[in-house]
Amino acid sequence: MAGAAKPIVRVQREDFDPAVESEALRRGRADIGALVTFVGLCRDEGGTLQALEIEHYGAMAIAEIERVAAEALSRWPLLGATIVHRYGLIEASGRIVLVAVAAAHRGDAFEAASFLMDYLKTRAPFWKRAHLVGGARGDWVEPRGADDISAARWRAAES
Amino acid sequence: MKALYFAWVRERVGKSEEEIAPQASVATVDDLMTWLAEKDEAYAHAFEKKSVIRAALDRAHVSHDARIAGAKEIAFFPPMTGG
Repeated sequence: MAGAAKPIVRVQREDFDPAVESEALRRGRADIGALVTFVGLCRDEGGTLQALEIEHYGAMAIAEIERVAAEALSRWPLLGATIVHRYGLIEASGRIVLVAVAAAHRGDAFEAASFLMDYLKTRAPFWKRAHLVGGARGDWVEPRGADDISAARWRAAES
Repeated sequence: MKALYFAWVRERVGKSEEEIAPQASVATVDDLMTWLAEKDEAYAHAFEKKSVIRAALDRAHVSHDARIAGAKEIAFFPPMTGG
């Protein structure tokens, strides 16, 4: 049966396996022609960052990611989407977020994945704090203006 | 109503959640931030730059002019840095 599946949204402390998540999205389907998987990782910032501590507003995080996913489904003819966002302490090189999008054609899958990440960055209630090499607790990560600009281009595209 | 605080707003306020009971004249999110800032120095510090603080009513983003009447839960937090 073709058509958009309900997006899968998970917010969890545990790690995830991108290969398992994308395989689950395509298994048993012959209508999918494009599967885009994005994984956001914890950078070590030139060897200075030990880990990121990710605080989140659990009850709202799921609801907000589901709203963003529903919007992606309304804009592009997607055949499936999985979004997983972690919280808690994530060591440098660890996985933070997964966005996997399936569609018939690659243009829709690439665009929707990019849209989902831009919107997650500016709307999903998560806050990162740096833990520095040597054990010191660093500052809260400042939002990047570039993220707002990236998110705004999708609104500009509407009008 | 229940008030929730996250990230540096939580640290400045010194707690992650509490029950609050503002009077009826506190109508909007902006009014509520002003009301909270008057509680003591910790709240004043947390809400000293209201323009940078984001709010959610019953787990959905709202602007500062949103009316709070009827909401069960309000959250205050800095701009998000997830993803």
